[in-house]
Amino acid sequence: MSDVLTVTDFSVDYLGEQTVHAVRNVDLTLGRGEILGLAGESGCGKTTLAYGINRLLKPPAVITSGKAVLHSREGTDIDLGSLTGEELRAFRWDRVSMVFQGAMNSLNPVISIRAQLEDIFSTHRPAMSKADRRTRCGELLERVGVDRNRLKSYPHELSGGMRQRVMIAMAMALEPQIMIMDEPTTALDVVVQREILLEITRLRDELGFAVLFITHDLPLLLEISDRIAVMRAGELVELAPAAQLYNSPQHAYTKLLLGSFPSLTGERAAG
Amino acid sequence: MSRLEFREVSKVYRIRGRGGRLTAVDKVSFTLEAGKTIALVGQSGSGKSTIAKLLLQLERPSSGSILLNGEPVRRRGLRAYRRTVQMVFQDPFASLNPYHSIAHHLERPLKLHGKSATEAAVHELLERVQLTPAAAIARRRPHELSGGQRQRVAIARALAPGPGILIADEPVSMLDVSIRLGVLNLLSDLQREENLGVLYITHDLATARHFSDEIMVMRHGQIVERGPSDQVILDPQHDYTKLLLQASPNPEKHFSRS
Amino acid sequence: MAALTDPAVVVESAVREKRRRRLSPKLVVGLVICGGITLFGIVGPFFVGDPQKVDNIGLTPPGSGHLLGTTQTGQDVFAQLAYATRGSLLIGLTVGLAALALAAIFGVIGAYAGGWVDEAFSLFSNVMLVLPGLPLMIVISSYVQNKGVWLVAGVLALTSWAGCARVLRAVTLSVRNRDYVAAARVSGERTWRILCVEILPNLVPILVSLFVFSVIGAILGEAGLAFIGLGASNSWTWGTMLFWAGNGLALRLGALWWFVPPGVLITLFGAGLAMINFSIDEIVNPKLRDQTRRTRRGWKASKEQIAVAEEATK
Repeated sequence: MSDVLTVTDFSVDYLGEQTVHAVRNVDLTLGRGEILGLAGESGCGKTTLAYGINRLLKPPAVITSGKAVLHSREGTDIDLGSLTGEELRAFRWDRVSMVFQGAMNSLNPVISIRAQLEDIFSTHRPAMSKADRRTRCGELLERVGVDRNRLKSYPHELSGGMRQRVMIAMAMALEPQIMIMDEPTTALDVVVQREILLEITRLRDELGFAVLFITHDLPLLLEISDRIAVMRAGELVELAPAAQLYNSPQHAYTKLLLGSFPSLTGERAAG
Repeated sequence: MSRLEFREVSKVYRIRGRGGRLTAVDKVSFTLEAGKTIALVGQSGSGKSTIAKLLLQLERPSSGSILLNGEPVRRRGLRAYRRTVQMVFQDPFASLNPYHSIAHHLERPLKLHGKSATEAAVHELLERVQLTPAAAIARRRPHELSGGQRQRVAIARALAPGPGILIADEPVSMLDVSIRLGVLNLLSDLQREENLGVLYITHDLATARHFSDEIMVMRHGQIVERGPSDQVILDPQHDYTKLLLQASPNPEKHFSRS
Repeated sequence: MAALTDPAVVVESAVREKRRRRLSPKLVVGLVICGGITLFGIVGPFFVGDPQKVDNIGLTPPGSGHLLGTTQTGQDVFAQLAYATRGSLLIGLTVGLAALALAAIFGVIGAYAGGWVDEAFSLFSNVMLVLPGLPLMIVISSYVQNKGVWLVAGVLALTSWAGCARVLRAVTLSVRNRDYVAAARVSGERTWRILCVEILPNLVPILVSLFVFSVIGAILGEAGLAFIGLGASNSWTWGTMLFWAGNGLALRLGALWWFVPPGVLITLFGAGLAMINFSIDEIVNPKLRDQTRRTRRGWKASKEQIAVAEEATK
């Protein structure tokens, strides 16, 4: 499996009276078409790392070392740190897209779904004809399991799960090589969560993008990821294939996290 | 020995402007008894938080009755009711007032329910929820504590009046995963020591199974399945329970299958 | 588990500590200006002569026994200024307190009680909100011959509280729904105690800010009314000074010393209060605080680092 993203020695500090090292010397590779789980608790730096890779950090957060290099389909390497202004903007949704936690609430309530989807194309693919844009938006929605008729709808007319699907459709619109998903299903019910996870894995198989899936919910990661990285206090403490991490965790913290989830159907532990 | 009974309780909300009605709780009956933990499982919007509000008399039922030790609850006897029925809220970052010290949060319920609100009493409460050194913790304000510590303070506050019934509304869902079990174990120890009747409201089937004697599964305001915990989880009868179980992450099954 | 320190918490507590140690320069300047003017208003009148005393020296520029010169009728401008400062501040303070009390009653209690009380209270505040101060004053002055300071203050207070009440109502509504208020109810706290002990402390920054705002409004409002001749008769305020200066053709006669001092004081006092208000905003809303250049200078980062980070997030 060739790699699509290589992160080396990545560090992020939050500047202030006391400098906080939010991410410390993280090394990470993301394979083409791989789902990499990033597990960790609140404040461990997992979101900061994702934002840092995509150059979305605002001061007082500052990248102090390392770089993130994207290996494009065309075979060129792009150092995300070297991009500025217009290049970066063009690059972002095109090659790396993101789905945030609570993203479903970031849809503009007064603009129809169609207009919001089309906006991506008119910004990033200005050459595309109007008719093409229309059909493409319809296809996108159907791909994430939402009826094409919903294009006319406004965000409040859709359920939370459907809105999150629309956000995933938007993230997929330009067929990026990497999708970063930060707690994309945390606010949803388990049943809806399951549907969306199945959708993500299916789309990954179809389209071959890589996913960096960030969550604190380790059981969920174990089921959907190929490999899992465990983060704690800014450091990557363990990185292993999912089955290996589950069956023979190496680091004490990984064991602690695994032990924090009582088994649903196994032996009863507590009384 | 306390016994809290829900008899055919319904709660209907009127939706403003459209003349619509929303039945949040639909003829629900159950009994909470000392020494027993019942888990109420359901997804958001299933009506489980409304049941908590009804139990705490923060909302009045539209029909049906709530009986404490066989007696209906009267507006006059509210304080006596609250001495018996207490609650741990979901969000420890929101349930403690940022302007008051931890000591203040514990002194008030002690005072209100006729107990001596001495420093020693406050420290004893903190020690019971394993917050030590109690003297140092008591002086602090909520923002100086971690989420887990705050939730322990919230548990101590609920214990202050010496209740017989404890409602725990998603007590760990806002906490970091690695400390959740610690808080749940604390609740279960206290339940045994004080012989409390506990209603554990949650959306997590795994902890519901491990920390309760019985499980009630709720959907659209109705209880669709109830029974001993292991039976509900290992041998579900209702389709909705089966759906929930299928959807819940279960690495054990996942890895044994592949 | 204690080892798992949350960076967010660390940052938060660092910020808190910093705030305790240093007052922002904005606040200090604002306090100095307002404090100085207030002191002048309190103490000044004891050291000056009678502001009404007519002297036949006529309009004289500053100097020769009159610190700020005299008016057309030979009255001492400095003495007038001292009394006017006291008068204006009194009106500002009275109106500020009265408006705040009304706003708190109608905004906070309405929002907490809910139901028809809230409906009635907000209807009433909305009606008061659209009641215009100036026309009301004109109507009243055509009926009342001798308008006292209290009447003017009363009208200003009545026409200025409604906006504040709406702000307070909105904030109370959000605080009321927080879990700790429900937790206090579950503990068995009485309603008035929940209002005073659990909810009110959360409103203090907003109350202070609203108070400062109404004081500015009242002083400017009174000055405006007085300047067009609708002010209180037989009283000294910055507005009446300007009114008499306007009447006495001070501008045409080039008598700068007559109208500049009250004008400068109004401006300074307004600016000082606004600065206090801004710094309260910064304390209440941490997001604003990070936007000030002073905070950024405190960061242990080079300008280049920040510039790079800013460029990347444009």
